[in-house]
Amino acid sequence: MSKPAIETGSTDNASTDTASADSTSTATRRARTAKDPKNPKAAKDRHPEEPAHTPEYVLEARDVSKHFTVRGALGRTTVVHAVEDATVRLKPGQILALVGESGSGKTTLARMLARFHEPTSGEIVLRGEAVSRSGRARRGYHSEVQLIFQDPFGSLNPMHRVRYNLDRALRLHHRHLTAAEREERTTQLLERVSLTPAAEFAAKFPHELSGGQRQRVVIARALAVEPKVLLGDEPISMLDVSIRLEMLNLLQRLRTEDGLALLYITHDIASARYLCDDIAVMYAGQMVESGPKEAVIASPQHPYTKLLIESSPDPERGVGDREAFFAGADELGEPPSLIDPPTGCRFHPRCPFAMKECGEQAPPRAELGDGHWAKCWLHARGRAGELADTTHAAATAARREALQGAS
Amino acid sequence: MTVHAEKPLQPMIPAGQAVLDVRGLTVEYATGAEPVRACTDISFTLRRGEILGVAGESGSGKSTLITALTRLQRPPAVTTGGEILFHGRDGAKPVDLVTLDGRQLRRYRWTALSIVLQSAMDALNPVMRIGAQFADVLRAHDRTLGKRAAWARAEELLALVGISADRVRDYPHQLSGGMRQRAAIALALACRPELVVMDEPTTAVDVVMQRQILAQVLRLRRELGFAVVFVTHDLSLLLELADRIAVMYAGRIVEVGEAAAIYGAPKHPYTQGLRDSFPPLHAPLRDLHGIPGTPPDLRRPPAGCPFHPRCARRTDGCDERLPLLLPVGRDAGHEAACLLNETDGDHGGETR
Repeated sequence: MSKPAIETGSTDNASTDTASADSTSTATRRARTAKDPKNPKAAKDRHPEEPAHTPEYVLEARDVSKHFTVRGALGRTTVVHAVEDATVRLKPGQILALVGESGSGKTTLARMLARFHEPTSGEIVLRGEAVSRSGRARRGYHSEVQLIFQDPFGSLNPMHRVRYNLDRALRLHHRHLTAAEREERTTQLLERVSLTPAAEFAAKFPHELSGGQRQRVVIARALAVEPKVLLGDEPISMLDVSIRLEMLNLLQRLRTEDGLALLYITHDIASARYLCDDIAVMYAGQMVESGPKEAVIASPQHPYTKLLIESSPDPERGVGDREAFFAGADELGEPPSLIDPPTGCRFHPRCPFAMKECGEQAPPRAELGDGHWAKCWLHARGRAGELADTTHAAATAARREALQGAS
Repeated sequence: MTVHAEKPLQPMIPAGQAVLDVRGLTVEYATGAEPVRACTDISFTLRRGEILGVAGESGSGKSTLITALTRLQRPPAVTTGGEILFHGRDGAKPVDLVTLDGRQLRRYRWTALSIVLQSAMDALNPVMRIGAQFADVLRAHDRTLGKRAAWARAEELLALVGISADRVRDYPHQLSGGMRQRAAIALALACRPELVVMDEPTTAVDVVMQRQILAQVLRLRRELGFAVVFVTHDLSLLLELADRIAVMYAGRIVEVGEAAAIYGAPKHPYTQGLRDSFPPLHAPLRDLHGIPGTPPDLRRPPAGCPFHPRCARRTDGCDERLPLLLPVGRDAGHEAACLLNETDGDHGGETR
């Protein structure tokens, strides 16, 4: 049943491959994304030969929520609403970036997808089938979905050589392999992640490797089980700047060669743009905007996405009027408490465009075409054009002045 | 908040007036048989009110440089050469911080130079209220200041970084990560220092908070006129923040210059590689490759230019002769240490 899915993946990949090889990669990729409708119905129209039951998505989280109960002093319990009704869908060969501030729930969502946490509500769907909670099912699940952690210094067993670290994954997930086959597989894996000569690296201990090399071993270990989906929780943020790109290029290559789907979790929007096809933005546990990367970055349709993009350092802005870049950026506010989140739109206390309804009712989802959507009242009220006219900092400053003038 | 509307920056910073003059600073770690040189022959001048960015990867010696500048280093790190001349506000004779003992140094700490560390949680005392920590610092340097006045001053200082006065009685764990870092910055400014050293103050916070913190640093610098040494691995951040940037590699400064020159016309292949390691946010995407290889092991530094094993433009002599930090390009104060600039003069810049 996985066959059609892989085929979809490889057609996707073929175009990506050519796209990344030539210099007009963005244009080609954008054209591809434009032709590639995100909603399942349209995609089914495109492949009429596909049997109806073939799932389009390799991994989905459908309306998942996660609430953590925290027992405080004096026996008081509080509930942290870490993730609320989030939906993520990954096609084979697709790279989706999940961006947001820390505390936005992106790691919790990844951990639910990796099944480290069971969702409080909603379901995780692997190739069209809801996953069960049994231990046996869990091992089967992990042979398809693997998580790459942020910290390559903490995720390899320091007492054992690289060979052992990889061999263990092979032994657990491919029980039929003989020792010689596993040894051969280990060599192949190390070569796939460009750790050559493989024999030399296999004999090293994790502490003998640099951060980038360790993260490669972590990726090789994830690949050992031949997964269909990789979940990368800030996989490059602990690495040195000069080797981050190598890691992104490696992930890109794995997608192209194997049709791996990747959920790339980050707060670095520039790297997300470099690697991914689509971007989903989370704020305070909820999805607020999602769509093709260029559409989201060039014209964000949610005030929070706009704030995030305008806050990101951009060398291309060049070295110019520094005071202008930072004007009004003194007070951009902080994410709310997830124990008692704001009513209505959770961003409204920080939002310079907030209206009365923003604090009362959760905003409806506005479909903006081409799979791009945003949850913001501005769209329902026909004020979405204001987003492009100003910067977040300027709008915040103007609003503050207006409020001071009124009082 | 008292905002002295000093718009133009220049009048406050008379050109060429240095606050810190570092000459030939060398720091070694005396471990094992052979000492390891973490910083070698570092020289730079920091002008009054200037923000100097120091960019480098892990192991480039940037943290060692910071602890040497502030004399916070602990054995086995030893400053084995060079001087750190500090020019006081009063126009007195400059002092060499390297030669001062602990008691003499105390006169300079907080009032002349202070530090903001990477993790505010480690810098603040977890069992003292924020206000008490401010009062501690303030009263240690001004014996006439009463307790109540010190707490009031703490409230003012917190207001400078946008923290409301009622948080003064909070403990550090009650503040968010961003607030703690801002409180640490306010604390560093408590005694009106002339120089604040910041060691990756924004790596532990999010981009939005990072922007807020940087905006506040810029505003406070304009209001209070202190100079900043800002150390980070994120060159893209420095391009937006710093007046001048020094790029470190394997314990040496390999290039230094105005931020615009470092971005627009870098003269060292390492700087070029570092600049091109940041994918753009809006410009058309192209395939980027970073810098292949890994930084050298400082216990066994390569002969000649330490960057030559990773350098795509290495030529004859790179593995033999150590290049000197020499003036390059058209901009004053732009220097790079690369043989390419020594041999073919002005045109080291174009490697795309």
